[in-house]
Amino acid sequence: MAKVFEKTKMLTDVPFHYCPGCTHGIIHRLVAECIEELGMQDKAVGVAPVGCAVFAYNYFDCDMMEAAHGRAPAVATGIKRACPDDLVFTYQGDGDLASIGTAEIVHAAARGEKITTIFVNNAIYGMTGGQMAPTTLVGQVTTTSPYGRNAETQGMPVKMAEMLATLDGAYYIERTSVHNVPNIVKTKKAIKKAFQYQMEGKGFSIVEILSTCPTNWGLSPVEALKWLEDNMIPQYPLGVTKEGR
Amino acid sequence: MTEQIILAGFGGQGVLLAGQIIAYAGMNEGKNVSWLPSYGPEMRGGTANCNVVVSDEEVGSPVVVEADCLIVMNRPSLEKYEKDLKPGGLLLLDSDLIEIEPTRSDIKVIKVPANSLAEQAGSIKAANMVMLGAYNACAHVVQNKTIIECLEKIMGEKKAHLIPMNEQALELGAQAAK
Amino acid sequence: MAKVLMKGNEAIAEAAIKAGCTHYFGYPITPQNQIPEYMSKRMPQVGGTFIQAESEVSAINMVYGAAGAGARAMTSSSSPGISLKQEGLSYIACAQLPCVVVNMIRSGPGLGGILPSQGDYFQATKGGGHGDYHLVVLAPSGVQEAADLVAEAFDIADEYRIPVMILGDGMIGQMMEPVEFKKHEGRELPEKTWAANGWKNKNHARRVVNSLYIEAEAMEEVNRQLQEKYAEITKKETRVQEFMTEDADYIIAAFGTTARIAKNAALKAREMGIKVGVIRPITLWPFPAEAFAQAAEHVKGILCVEMNTGQMVEDVKLSVNGKVPVEFYGTTGGFVPTPAAVVDALEKLKEGK
Repeated sequence: MAKVFEKTKMLTDVPFHYCPGCTHGIIHRLVAECIEELGMQDKAVGVAPVGCAVFAYNYFDCDMMEAAHGRAPAVATGIKRACPDDLVFTYQGDGDLASIGTAEIVHAAARGEKITTIFVNNAIYGMTGGQMAPTTLVGQVTTTSPYGRNAETQGMPVKMAEMLATLDGAYYIERTSVHNVPNIVKTKKAIKKAFQYQMEGKGFSIVEILSTCPTNWGLSPVEALKWLEDNMIPQYPLGVTKEGR
Repeated sequence: MTEQIILAGFGGQGVLLAGQIIAYAGMNEGKNVSWLPSYGPEMRGGTANCNVVVSDEEVGSPVVVEADCLIVMNRPSLEKYEKDLKPGGLLLLDSDLIEIEPTRSDIKVIKVPANSLAEQAGSIKAANMVMLGAYNACAHVVQNKTIIECLEKIMGEKKAHLIPMNEQALELGAQAAK
Repeated sequence: MAKVLMKGNEAIAEAAIKAGCTHYFGYPITPQNQIPEYMSKRMPQVGGTFIQAESEVSAINMVYGAAGAGARAMTSSSSPGISLKQEGLSYIACAQLPCVVVNMIRSGPGLGGILPSQGDYFQATKGGGHGDYHLVVLAPSGVQEAADLVAEAFDIADEYRIPVMILGDGMIGQMMEPVEFKKHEGRELPEKTWAANGWKNKNHARRVVNSLYIEAEAMEEVNRQLQEKYAEITKKETRVQEFMTEDADYIIAAFGTTARIAKNAALKAREMGIKVGVIRPITLWPFPAEAFAQAAEHVKGILCVEMNTGQMVEDVKLSVNGKVPVEFYGTTGGFVPTPAAVVDALEKLKEGK
């Protein structure tokens, strides 16, 4: 019988703990496939965040470190400076990267640190039970914005891809989404490009990936994909915000 | 022998360097030494001071509380540190810049017109060396030649041309102290 | 090698480079700035890495990354900055990574002052961050010893996979004293078979550097391992210096800068006919409890002198367990105790006041 699909060797056999319909699983697979296709299995070191992807070190079949909340880019900096030939990546959510870890991500980008960040933006704190994130949309109901995010008192969503693009040290920044197949394909291309730029020594690269959180959004998986497309993409336009210096 | 010295003046007068040279020279002559500067905001534009200990014994506290010698190059330093000199101690002051008299009568006072002697040697910047020369002529803690060797090392090749001028400043200071 | 006159901060930095430290991550704060400044100059000369991080928080996490990848890594700071590093230190302790951290204590609490203090004793010796852990804490009392202890610190860190702190103060950092960089007789160290630096050859399991243990059994096991390690370190690495203790009727307990003043005071007291000795813990953790317990067998009292309001004195009291009176004399704000004041305090102890 012809083999039509084979799981990438870059993922372990540990079953994902993610909720049904969550797109973290898709993104894990894309990252893993890119590492495998680039032949970097024995040189990859990943840094897991605090948040839903905290157990990422159980899933990626390469050397991994678990960082404190928000500190993954600093940890990755230490690894990359110790092992310049390694492919070093962080995998971070929006609470981790866009809130508590803003200093670390901004300065890793500013230094042009030769690492790659996979930034999963689902507009909410998933792991802790659906609290408001810096990326939560105006009007979006969360457990800490029960009346909907109020721009007057809770501010506006933070656009990390645009913000980081203002830094000369960053080399490649793209925002993608995984709400349908064409965008999943584009996301994989972006991740691969980000890794390639790192290995070419070009500088800091980050892919911001819009992702769903059906559980905490209170939607079915299918509704969540639609909600992402209708609500998140207008707030967070897809595309390359920076490429080259 | 344990010699405890306080050097104080305006920032920029070179009191820290003069203190370092005493410590260096002491070290090169096989003695135990410590050099402790004032640090932080005090350094900027205000007074600068350092504590130097040169001893045959292990140096205990690097903080000088009962000084054998006090070298002051401005008035605020005299006013601040005069009390820290032990009875019978030696006070060396730059008489070009300090117009007031010391208040204590139980100490030995030597006035050195350091600025004018430094100008005579070639540069007002060498006033610290004049004071150092005067100090060593009185205290004989280290040999003059060791001081000059240390100067050569600290100044390096780039500033080697300044050595003769500094030597003269040391000498003028020594004469003034006699 | 000939002696050179160096500031404590510079001597520590040079000693670290000579000990094979390849990665330094820091952030400016007085009174330890000569360390990052020196490292920024020297690291490029030896092919090492210097990064001025965006914060102390980031610097300690860079240490986590570099140490986790197998490098000899170090950071330094002073009190307020060390507070910021506590999160990282707790993670490093749990992930069992080796590294060296220098704290040149300044007076506090809060932003405090920049003058010397020993007010971070509790923070350094009792863990400092969250959870049950310890750092090995080495307290040099002079520039030469600071340089010597740096090489030891890296070896201890590597042997036991533990963060080691060099605990000095503004005076140790800023003071110049002669220093000789002696050839360090390093110990035989285990290979870093745990370092996550790319799964080369794949002839071993992949490596994960981690401090998350969600299962109670696993977390308990990690704590058990840590405590076992701490017991071993206590047995093998405790260091203390005794000065004129043999015939002493009274003991001054002091560490670091204060121990120098204590020695002066002991000599002064002996001139006055009071037989005084000094016990100086060199490792503040593990604490040399045995030395104090033994002294308590033959002395009449112990005076603990610190530049704080009474921190190490608690460990001294625990060590002597009520056997002899333990009194305290301390200074704060950046004031360094004078030998005369220490002698006064000794006389009070003697008179039972």
